[in-house]
Amino acid sequence: MSGAASGPSRAPYALLAPFVILFVVFTLWPLVQSVPLSMSHTFGPGASLHVGWSKFSLALEDPRFYTALRNTLVFTAGSVFIQLPVALALAVALNQPWLRGRTLFRLAFFAPQLVGLVFTAVLARVLFQKQNGLANTLLAEIVGPLNSLAPGVFPSPGAMLETPWLEGLALTTLIVTALWMYAGFNMVFFLAALQNVSRELEEAATIDGAGRWARFRHVTIPAIRPVAAFVVLLSIIGSFQLFEMPYIMLEEGTGPRDKGLTLVTYLYKNGFEAGDLGYATAIGWLLALLLGGVAVAQRVLVRDEAKP
Amino acid sequence: MSRGPGSSVPLRLAAYAVLAAAAAVVLVPLLYLVTSSFKPAADFFTSMFLPLGDGFLGVRWDALTLEQFRKLGQTDIDLPRAMVNSIFLSSVTSVLATLICAAAGYALTVYRFRARAAADWLVVAALIIPPPLLIAPSYQWLHTLGLLDSYAGLILPAIAPAFGVYLFRQAAKQSIPPAMVEAARVDGASELTIFFGIGLPMLRPMIGAFVIITFLAMWNNFIGPQVVLQSDAKQPLAVAIYQTQTGYYSDYGVLMAATLVAVAPVAVLFLFLQREFLSGLTSGAVKG
Repeated sequence: MSGAASGPSRAPYALLAPFVILFVVFTLWPLVQSVPLSMSHTFGPGASLHVGWSKFSLALEDPRFYTALRNTLVFTAGSVFIQLPVALALAVALNQPWLRGRTLFRLAFFAPQLVGLVFTAVLARVLFQKQNGLANTLLAEIVGPLNSLAPGVFPSPGAMLETPWLEGLALTTLIVTALWMYAGFNMVFFLAALQNVSRELEEAATIDGAGRWARFRHVTIPAIRPVAAFVVLLSIIGSFQLFEMPYIMLEEGTGPRDKGLTLVTYLYKNGFEAGDLGYATAIGWLLALLLGGVAVAQRVLVRDEAKP
Repeated sequence: MSRGPGSSVPLRLAAYAVLAAAAAVVLVPLLYLVTSSFKPAADFFTSMFLPLGDGFLGVRWDALTLEQFRKLGQTDIDLPRAMVNSIFLSSVTSVLATLICAAAGYALTVYRFRARAAADWLVVAALIIPPPLLIAPSYQWLHTLGLLDSYAGLILPAIAPAFGVYLFRQAAKQSIPPAMVEAARVDGASELTIFFGIGLPMLRPMIGAFVIITFLAMWNNFIGPQVVLQSDAKQPLAVAIYQTQTGYYSDYGVLMAATLVAVAPVAVLFLFLQREFLSGLTSGAVKG
């Protein structure tokens, strides 16, 4: 140890103390408490009764839990297989050296992030109304001329105005809204990764006679793989926790016939509308286990693919 | 203008067309948000964007009005109060969270001490806890502590995010040269002086990014206030506007104006700090 006794030896603890104390009290302790709570039936926030694993078996026999799980998985698939490829395509386009207006395009694609999740949901709920909503009004305007060109192929404008975005199509609407909101966000990560791809390596590949696709496949993709893995994982984790969007946009937070019910919406409704904190926490643990499984699977997959 | 290898003119035009179309899709809802905030109530549904008429470009410009904004103070939910609540909660949370995370990330990088490995492990392990798991136990715990329906109950759990410590640890590794810290120590500077005088200034880019990240997170925090706060007067904008929307008072024009007002401060903040925000956001992922 160097210098004064009160120097380096105590300083790191002093600097870490605020974080550690708050973290232990407000994150770690609730995490510890979540174990007994998931095995309790609560009567208000103050009183509870130990009920063993029954909240977990309740979930595994609950058809609404499976509906929520299925919807969450479909939404997650939409994020990974639709939104991320769109984000990557936008990033590749923006990364072209000849492109003009890059900053403006990037700002435009990122703009939904400024609106934020809650206000996007409020706006989307208005946009996707039947009859008067902008989405249906625009669709009706578009199919009008198309119908006169090719009669019978497209629905009539009147039918378009009835598109049930927030009802039967709730899950699709959530995927579309998330696409609108997060494609530009994920694009930023891909773009940062693409800008780190070595120009020399690309030029060397070009000199060796590699075509556009071969360069993308053998130089670009391997170079951005770590970031892509990170974005995929982040996207899966975020999608599994989808709550505000459906809760604000859909009737009852779930849409008719649970069309847009998600795991966290179900957790919230059980905990804070039905008052069953134990069941909410059991659902929380099932969610945590699913995410843990995803993280492990992703690790294994990425490691395997990274091997030559 | 020189042509790059293999990017032909038609291909470039196609790329511009696709990008422009995508930008239009992204911006149309925002255009709708802005225009419908300035429309008279009677025109809300009769025109898509601006009220139609025989003015310049077929728009009735003189019909544009601030009436929706004037009505903001008269809804059954006190939106001006909610705005003040949001600004208070977001500012306090972002400043405290940034200081606390910067101090912890700095400590984990600059010092060698016995508990460091354990603290490092704690930070990374904490990243995998899904927040929804903690909603119900936190609610119970805040009830026990008597912090329900208080701002402390909302702020205290939000100012020690593990991912913040993680980000600052990464930033400190890259930007604080150990030799500089050692030199200051030799000059007799106290450890706290070194943190505030050398550490924090060197971490400035990440501080800028993290202030925005945490400000936005609290500004858009919905589930937190919904669970912790009970009195309507304490609610921030995110919950207040949701209540405006679901209440029997559902006037779309006012709802859009309220949303625009809620979004505007954040958008302005972002436009000023855009570069720092984007680089801070991606630094953890790209430089790893």
